[in-house]
Amino acid sequence: MIRAVFAAFVAVAAALPAKAAVDIQEVTSPGGITAWLVEEPSIPFAAIEIRFQGGASLDVPDERGAVNLMMALLEEGAADLDAQDFAAARERLAASYDFETYDDSVSVSARFLTENRAEAVELLRKALVEPRFDQDAVERVRAQVLSGLRSDATDPNTIASRTFDAMAFGDHPYGSSRDGTIETVTALTRDDIVEAHGRAIARDRIYVGAVGDITPEDLGTLLDDLLGGLPAEGAPLPPEADYQLEGGVTVVPFDTPQSVALFGHEGIPRDDPDFFAAYIANEIFGGSGLQSRLMEEVREKRGLTYGIGTYLVPMDLAELVMGQVASANDRMSATIDVVTAEWRRIAEEGVTQEELDEAKTYLTGAYPLRFDGNGPIARILVGMQMDGLPIDYIATRNDKVMAVTLGDIARVIERIYRPEDLHFVVVGQPAGVEATN
Amino acid sequence: MTRYIAVIALTFMAALPLRAAEVATFTLDNGMDVVVLEDHRAPVVVHMVWYRVGAADEPPGKSGISHFLEHLMFKGTEALGPGEFSDVVAANGGTDNAFTSFDYTAYFQRVAADRLDLMMEMEADRMVNLRLTEEDVLTERDVILEERNQRTENEPGALFGEMRNAAQYKNHPYGIPIIGWRHEMEQLSQDDAEAFYADHYAPNNAILIVAGDVEPDEVRALAERYYGVIPANPDIEPRMRPQEPPQLAERRITYEDPRVAQPYVVRTYLAPERDPGDQREAAALQLLAEILGGSGQTSVLPRKLQFETQSAVYASAFYSGTSLDDTTFGVVIVPSQGVELAAAEAALDQAVAEFLEEGVDAQQLERIKTQIRASLIYEQDNIQSLARTYGMALTSGLTVEDVQAWPDILKSITEEEILAAARRVFDRKTAVTGWLTGPGTEEVMQ
Repeated sequence: MIRAVFAAFVAVAAALPAKAAVDIQEVTSPGGITAWLVEEPSIPFAAIEIRFQGGASLDVPDERGAVNLMMALLEEGAADLDAQDFAAARERLAASYDFETYDDSVSVSARFLTENRAEAVELLRKALVEPRFDQDAVERVRAQVLSGLRSDATDPNTIASRTFDAMAFGDHPYGSSRDGTIETVTALTRDDIVEAHGRAIARDRIYVGAVGDITPEDLGTLLDDLLGGLPAEGAPLPPEADYQLEGGVTVVPFDTPQSVALFGHEGIPRDDPDFFAAYIANEIFGGSGLQSRLMEEVREKRGLTYGIGTYLVPMDLAELVMGQVASANDRMSATIDVVTAEWRRIAEEGVTQEELDEAKTYLTGAYPLRFDGNGPIARILVGMQMDGLPIDYIATRNDKVMAVTLGDIARVIERIYRPEDLHFVVVGQPAGVEATN
Repeated sequence: MTRYIAVIALTFMAALPLRAAEVATFTLDNGMDVVVLEDHRAPVVVHMVWYRVGAADEPPGKSGISHFLEHLMFKGTEALGPGEFSDVVAANGGTDNAFTSFDYTAYFQRVAADRLDLMMEMEADRMVNLRLTEEDVLTERDVILEERNQRTENEPGALFGEMRNAAQYKNHPYGIPIIGWRHEMEQLSQDDAEAFYADHYAPNNAILIVAGDVEPDEVRALAERYYGVIPANPDIEPRMRPQEPPQLAERRITYEDPRVAQPYVVRTYLAPERDPGDQREAAALQLLAEILGGSGQTSVLPRKLQFETQSAVYASAFYSGTSLDDTTFGVVIVPSQGVELAAAEAALDQAVAEFLEEGVDAQQLERIKTQIRASLIYEQDNIQSLARTYGMALTSGLTVEDVQAWPDILKSITEEEILAAARRVFDRKTAVTGWLTGPGTEEVMQ
């Protein structure tokens, strides 16, 4: 009956203190939808993570925020159920469905008990395939989005990220908030929402991870039941985003006691051969696991902040190296000086063998700790597929970390730490910080 | 759909802390309690030490000292240099952190199960061997001031919360912020930290919780070796904080801040907490919060205020019963654009009054109880969360038996008990009503 289901068991073997005992099977449904599955029958429920590539980047320019509003409306009425009936049905099943919008994807995170799986899947199918977008629901959720946008306009962290994005990416979707603006969200019609649904949720860019008490056969059936009714193709992806920002400092005056800063420049793609080296370099410089250089210099030695971190941001259509920090208005100037000096120091001097060894020990040891629970593992499975990683990646990942040499790091540091391109966006009233534009 | 009111949702989410699982418990000879939660699905362990001391146990004028000490606990001992504790955890592929609340201070590491031994050795070491330097203390004081800037001074909603709390508790230290008042934080010294440490950090004031891929016997052997050798502090006594006098006069506050773009109203009522062997009133209040605000579509306040009328973009209720002393029950309304706070507050009052008239929707209560049963399945997937639940309960005066009985008590609560608890708790004499507004609001308090 189910012809196309096959399993590829992957043994995990890495020289680790703890092993991620994750056996991933690839399951293809009779209808041709592929998912990665980890069977974990000891607790009678399953978590399923579904992502559709594209996300808010598929918004039509004048309808910014349509995909976000559409996703927020999926749980607000579907098929024969209005918003309250739908919620009551979900509560009766003790299932949970979470719908999220990102720049490059939209996601569905579901959790349901084995005892009522068929009903829970059918209810989720209604939300995904037959959402109603009732006018009263559109108005109610639109008002919530607008309330959030008004609050964002006086939130220093949001002001900083909106400013950086706009300067970095201009008119590309990455240059504006995926939530839209007061103007665009106010103008959205029900037809715009229906159209956004067709653009963003389709079978051609779908990724699925499932973890828990479900067999490959049952998952195959579930995939077709749940997703078979979606349109075959969504909207085409937008073009790559050109990075338009030069080095310097931008100050956005805002009356608040503590200035917040975002800083960074272009980064490195996820599929670059040197991505691992860049990942390790970032861990040493500003990562969250080890005591990073920036935490040591800015917090531990000088007490200039509660927290500072940097991260690689490899998106589908652009890539960044970014960091963030917050310091009192009269201390932000000193913080920027330290960050700039450290950015220059790592660019010029690289990292030491000792730092590299410590980072490897931490990263390889901490990796298995990520696999803690059905939902988190389902998200990892989807992320691996979207990044184009092989199904045996988990077993080989720590070997890839261990293989990185000081030479690899030196090569990649020239690309991800470019002091002349480093741009700060500071929101607050930072004393003594000179804007360059 | 409530994610857009993130600040509110995070603060007031009426979570259901419903836990029951197989646990092993024992007490070391020096009085240190031990709880072991087994989960053998992955070779990972969470190691936690919870101290029965928090911000509500601070000496007058020293607000923030318990949280400051938590930071300083990473600054070294005779055996380990500043920051070395976390460096060793990281070098073993682990992660570590700590947190402080009114009733507890807790330290934890997540690490491969075969490193539990080392974690215990280091945690036991800093229970009694902390060594501070003046320079480290002063630098770290700057860090906690920046933490206060980030969490509170830059967040009008957090400043509003401090003002509401201070109005709610007239005598009990729950009215003082956990992170401390800024003017007192600026004066905290090494002596203050060391005195607080000496008074409160001891095995007979601590609870060890180990969760994950471990056997109780193995934990007992390690705990006896590392923690068992530390002498008890005979001066540790049960906590007796100043209690609230009868609250006879309602309080109302308005906090105006130019950074507020979305005004809202919060009202909290003084409410009983879960007591050992006596949890029915708290369970009824927990269910009341679920009925009023637990679902963005089907619970009473969203239904009346967001669906039947469009008074609000968000309305909810919240209650956290895990607390050593009296807690609060709260309701919140975020009005729709164009709805003034006075009208919003009136609509909220009317919705609650209607609920007391109409009673509990039996189907809604049944759905909530279904979800309580399901939570006992889902919780097995998150052992760290379960460990935290035990830690919070045991530092709030509850026992393991109380934690295990809680889901059954919740399931046994009747509609009549919920309504009776509601009538008792909704007493305006114990209430603080707070308005958060932006600049230039024409509205006046009633």
